[in-house]
Amino acid sequence: MAEDIKVIVFKLGTEEYGIEVEKVQTIERMMPITRVPKTYSFIKGVINLRGVVIPVIDLRGRFGIEEAEHTDQTRIIIVNVNDMEVGFIVDSANDVIDLNRDIIDVPPDVVGGIRAKYLDGVAKIGDDRLLIMLNLSEVLNKGEIVQLESLEG
Amino acid sequence: MDMNQYLSMFIDESNDHLQSLNESMMGLEANPEDLSIVQVIFRSAHTLKGMAATMGFEDLASLTHQMENVLDLVRNNKLRMQDFIFDTLFKSIDALESMVEDITGGGAGKADVSSIVSSLQAIVRGEVPSASGAAAEVTAAASGNASAAQVFLDEFQYSVLEQSLQEGHQVLYVDVAIRKDCQLKAVRAYMVFDLLERSGEVVKSFPSVQDIEQEKFDYGFSLYYITQKDASEIQKMILNLSEIDAVTAVALDQESLRQMGQESAATAEAVAPAPVQEAAPEAVHNASPAASVHAKEENGKAAPARAGGTPSPSRTIRVDIERLDVLMNLFSELLIDRVRLEQLASEVQNGDLTETVEHMGRVSGDLQNIVMKLRMVPVDTVFNRFPRMIRDLAKSLDKKVDLIITGADTELDRTVIDEIGDPLVHLLRNAVDHGIESIADRIAAGKPETGTVQLRAFHSGNHVFIEIEEDGKGIYPKNVLASAVKKGAITQEQAGTMSDDEAYQLLFAPGFSTAEVISDVSGRGVGLDVVKAKITALGGNVTIYSTPGKGTNFSVQLPLTLSIIAAMLVRLGSEKYAIPLSSIVETGIVKQSQVRTIHGNKMLEFRGSHIPLVSLSKIFSIPDYDESTEEETEIVVVRKGERLVALAVQDFIGQNEIVIKNLGKYLPEVQGISGATILGDGQVALIIDPNAFIK
Repeated sequence: MAEDIKVIVFKLGTEEYGIEVEKVQTIERMMPITRVPKTYSFIKGVINLRGVVIPVIDLRGRFGIEEAEHTDQTRIIIVNVNDMEVGFIVDSANDVIDLNRDIIDVPPDVVGGIRAKYLDGVAKIGDDRLLIMLNLSEVLNKGEIVQLESLEG
Repeated sequence: MDMNQYLSMFIDESNDHLQSLNESMMGLEANPEDLSIVQVIFRSAHTLKGMAATMGFEDLASLTHQMENVLDLVRNNKLRMQDFIFDTLFKSIDALESMVEDITGGGAGKADVSSIVSSLQAIVRGEVPSASGAAAEVTAAASGNASAAQVFLDEFQYSVLEQSLQEGHQVLYVDVAIRKDCQLKAVRAYMVFDLLERSGEVVKSFPSVQDIEQEKFDYGFSLYYITQKDASEIQKMILNLSEIDAVTAVALDQESLRQMGQESAATAEAVAPAPVQEAAPEAVHNASPAASVHAKEENGKAAPARAGGTPSPSRTIRVDIERLDVLMNLFSELLIDRVRLEQLASEVQNGDLTETVEHMGRVSGDLQNIVMKLRMVPVDTVFNRFPRMIRDLAKSLDKKVDLIITGADTELDRTVIDEIGDPLVHLLRNAVDHGIESIADRIAAGKPETGTVQLRAFHSGNHVFIEIEEDGKGIYPKNVLASAVKKGAITQEQAGTMSDDEAYQLLFAPGFSTAEVISDVSGRGVGLDVVKAKITALGGNVTIYSTPGKGTNFSVQLPLTLSIIAAMLVRLGSEKYAIPLSSIVETGIVKQSQVRTIHGNKMLEFRGSHIPLVSLSKIFSIPDYDESTEEETEIVVVRKGERLVALAVQDFIGQNEIVIKNLGKYLPEVQGISGATILGDGQVALIIDPNAFIK
């Protein structure tokens, strides 16, 4: 048996995603965001998190899903990857689960490929819940943004 | 004596003296007949030697000693300064610098200086065959085994001596050496004191009288003595006592006394077992500078006036720069809370609270000034080594170059200062090597044969600019492009569409060089990429302006990295932005009818000239504001160097001290935005970088 890991579970639309808990600094409620002009459309701006200015990304926008109105459930997950602090806007974040690495499968080859890159694997929890494990370095990799934007355009 | 505690002081002072040696040598080269400069050089070299010998760095001391021999001849008009002498002396200074560097790095300051020493000796021999050579050997031997002694004068003793001088007494500095085989040296010493007390007063002795009585001294001591008799008489009197090996008595005047007072921290080597005849030159070389001059006086030569004197040392402590960073961060936090408090106080409307908050505001303003000043250093600390470098470079390339430095007092953050030296050296070498033409070419082009390199530093907005401009041959974009195509960096088609600016930027590409012949000094392009990388890493930028045939200007833009600045807050729709106050020229309101369109660009008449009007709402695609729908527009006129631009805004909110925060690593460079700040209400406002709107 491989080790157990703790995973923060959040939702985008109907799909459930997971981020390892060590990479998450805090989870915040929605707060005023200052727009930063002349940048990618999914970068919503910057927030003041207790004296530190942190850029915020709408994960829906990042994955090319249609952006949604913010609700009471909307959360900003602050992650720290490769010394970069970034906030992710997600539809909701309300669960922490223990997961054994063994049950994380390699992601299936999705047609179109780009979204699959952001995935570390897929874990089946319970009978019909699938948890998508995010590859944060890829999510924050800006080299690919150009490609994504041009596909969208 | 534990030397470690003096080591850092020694290093600092040595560097100061080396710098002044360099500067004075440059001055002397420009004006070889000016003997007062020789005096300054001599004094620096001398102090350096004294310090080095005391600290036990003998190579350093012996090299400076040889330099002194040469300088001594020069200042006594026995030797005329000539080119090869300058070169040798410069070489010596370089060797000294590398030794001090070695000591700074924890080394022993050893270096093989025999070739320089022998060429210095050759210079000395060329004019005066034997005398000073012999003296040199004696001194070299003496400095090896002489015990180090320090004679400090406190303020009281100093004033006593000064007063006695004014009243017409003689003030003598006496060195006594007792024979090594002496059995009861304390008794001998007592006899000397006794003798002296009969015809004057001993003000201060080293070691102290108590120590001498208890035999706590090596075979020598020194003292300050007030008497009516003159130096040679005293010398004779003491020598008449038995078992006394050597005596030097040196008369001091007000000027040299002051010197001693100022240099009370400096050390004076004393007491050497040398015969009396040779004690005089001994004193010249090993005692403090003041004493040396007066030994000369004894020889019947007038002591030349001392220009300037040693500057009084400023009192400093050294602090780890990281601690300053922490201090700065803590202060930033405080400032944000202060702004928040001010806002709350204005809401609460309580008199006492408002008063307290206002007072806190004033105190924190003062605190801020201090905290910021702590980190700032004038660029002069980097610039001061350039004149010498340019001189050497021009000489080795057989060119004539004038370096004109302006704005050396411009201040920059310490971390930037530490990093900017190498890139500037590179750019300057480039300017002299490739920018300035050879003398023949310059004459052929109808230019004065001496080329000019201007090194300018100035503030603009949130940045400091350092410009290196020469009046050389300039860069031809055509040649740059041709070379780039040949190297395969760009294609022929690309070359066709590139603007001049883009062509110049190619120079910064790795491994790019347009120089046909790469000299050993620099091959333009080789290393320019490193320069660019370094400056970019500092958050700065390099731009090239060049007029073919007329010259080139490398403009280096550096952030002030002041993390706190005064800024004007403006509103654009629902968004707030901060504009650094330092780049604002003025604010105003213009009517739509005053805006003209010239060649598709909006222009504004401003103080007799036309300046561009930039629409921030368009550039930042602000969703809920557009100034073109308004009758009147508020404008902020900003400046970069000489150039002005008007920015259209909706409202002025007010002026505030803001703390600069970066946007985080994730966000790419946003054009026109230099950072963010946190306002009193906790919201983030972006800071506008006015330089981005001015090309």
